[in-house]
Amino acid sequence: MTRLAATAHAMTQSAESHGFLSPTGVEIAFLLVGLLTFGAALVTVTTRQLVHAALWLVVALGGLAVEYLLLTAEFIAWVQVLIYVGSVVVLLLFGLMLTKAPIGRSPDADSGNRWAALTVAVAAAAALVWVVVDAFRTTWIDLDGPAAGSTEVTGASLFQNWVLPFEALSVLLLAALVGAIVLSRKAKAESSSPPVNSRAGSGGSPSVPDSRNHPIEGTRPAAPAESRTAAHPEEPADHQKPDPAHDPADAGTTTEQEGAR
Amino acid sequence: MNDVLDVALRLLLVFVVFLTFPLLVGQTEHKVMAHMQGRLGPMYAGGFHGWAQLVADGVKFAQKEDVVPAGADRRVFQLAPAVALLPYLLVLLAIPIGPSEGAVGQVVDAGVFFVLAVMGVGVLGSLMAGWASANKFSLLGGLRTAAQLLAYELPMLLAAASVAMAAGTVSLPGILDAFEWWWLPWQIVGAIVFFVAGLAELQRPPFDMPVADSEIIFGAYTEYTGLRFALFLLAEYAGIVVLCGLTTVLFLGGWHGPWGADGLGWVWTLLKTAVLAFIVIWLRVTYPRLREDQLQKLSWTLLVPLSLAQIALTGIVKVVIQ
Repeated sequence: MTRLAATAHAMTQSAESHGFLSPTGVEIAFLLVGLLTFGAALVTVTTRQLVHAALWLVVALGGLAVEYLLLTAEFIAWVQVLIYVGSVVVLLLFGLMLTKAPIGRSPDADSGNRWAALTVAVAAAAALVWVVVDAFRTTWIDLDGPAAGSTEVTGASLFQNWVLPFEALSVLLLAALVGAIVLSRKAKAESSSPPVNSRAGSGGSPSVPDSRNHPIEGTRPAAPAESRTAAHPEEPADHQKPDPAHDPADAGTTTEQEGAR
Repeated sequence: MNDVLDVALRLLLVFVVFLTFPLLVGQTEHKVMAHMQGRLGPMYAGGFHGWAQLVADGVKFAQKEDVVPAGADRRVFQLAPAVALLPYLLVLLAIPIGPSEGAVGQVVDAGVFFVLAVMGVGVLGSLMAGWASANKFSLLGGLRTAAQLLAYELPMLLAAASVAMAAGTVSLPGILDAFEWWWLPWQIVGAIVFFVAGLAELQRPPFDMPVADSEIIFGAYTEYTGLRFALFLLAEYAGIVVLCGLTTVLFLGGWHGPWGADGLGWVWTLLKTAVLAFIVIWLRVTYPRLREDQLQKLSWTLLVPLSLAQIALTGIVKVVIQ
């Protein structure tokens, strides 16, 4: 939709002069979406409702994708949606729901290092804005010509000019992947896990026992469930099992998908 | 002005398809399931073999009271059905049904990425519904939805990447232009992986653990009534249409057919999509539900390696024939 609108604007208002005082439709849209994204990002870090923060993050990341689209970087925009909105936020929500996701405000959502966080955020934003403005000060995207950010152009520049950083990044992701596997294996060895298929023989409904780990009010962390498991040696690690089985898998998804792009 | 009219017409057409095809699939499911189980299915609504059953259902849903639980997070609860449904409308926009320029709602340069990205967003609707309902069964359903998405998104992406490698493009019409009949045996593993992973992402049986009615009532949708519940159902059936259409376009050659008569390309697309939709229904009647650990195991130990092998095979063949 937005792309249609953007192209329509680009067609009708191919402004020759690149002045700040006569903005084109695309520029106005860019600015508005930018404001929306900024607002959503602010709410994400200030709201006291944890799940709302994650949902506002979706808005902020989606807004970024729209900005990429307006800059004709279509491929990057869809990858942004695929990786961040589709996977990272889902992982985040999964983690939240699994541990603590109360409905309503959490009074303890503020960690107390608000000023340190603000300082870091402002410093990072200033550095980024400075670098970007300095690098692209007089560059304008020609909206009438062939798309400057199409898949073909992106792929060519990535694999012709930026192969080395690309490969270095993939090695980094691989290291993260291996690290995740090592961490999850260690945790499994300590809890002296039963053979993989013991669940099928143990009877009962296999997945429902999880429910005690996810109280809606979220007042109770996972610790009581674990101590209860320890208190009943005759049902060995039946409740703990799903979590090690999921966590490495889920930690792996994001990294692998990021590697796949 | 002509351009505006053209765009408006396309959008309208896609919207009509979006509203009717899921209902067609739903009605087919009623009848096919019934006959497979030795029943007749709906017979009265509308007269002829109960053809208007889903219309009647729609009227019923519209009349029901729209209830929001007292403990729920109102806004997220009410927004969730829209988030679940709208992505499929957007995806439908990018699926080409015929060979000509005009046979697609909107040509998207990075089409494969677009459809997979936007389809993934739809799952956020289920997550929002599961959390906002303030119900443990809903929360469990939401958790299972998330775990399922994370597990099956990867093989789906890899299988689609294999086709994109074979065609040398990520645009859906571009892939169809490059299609040859022998891609069918070449990409068959990828096709199966894609279809199975897509089924899992839609939470269709046998991958319906997130809504398993015998253990967690109806998962994330437990607290929904009336129109909002109908929207979730519509999202599921729109998802079937989109998944079958995508599998057709990516792996089965879309508008290509053995008798490639000009102008009949769209018939081939619709025919293949319909056959796939029938298979979706068939699977629902045939297989029992997979347990949660079996679900995860199937994805991580079978589908992911298979799709990686498919990518390797695609790469090797691609290098050899060049």
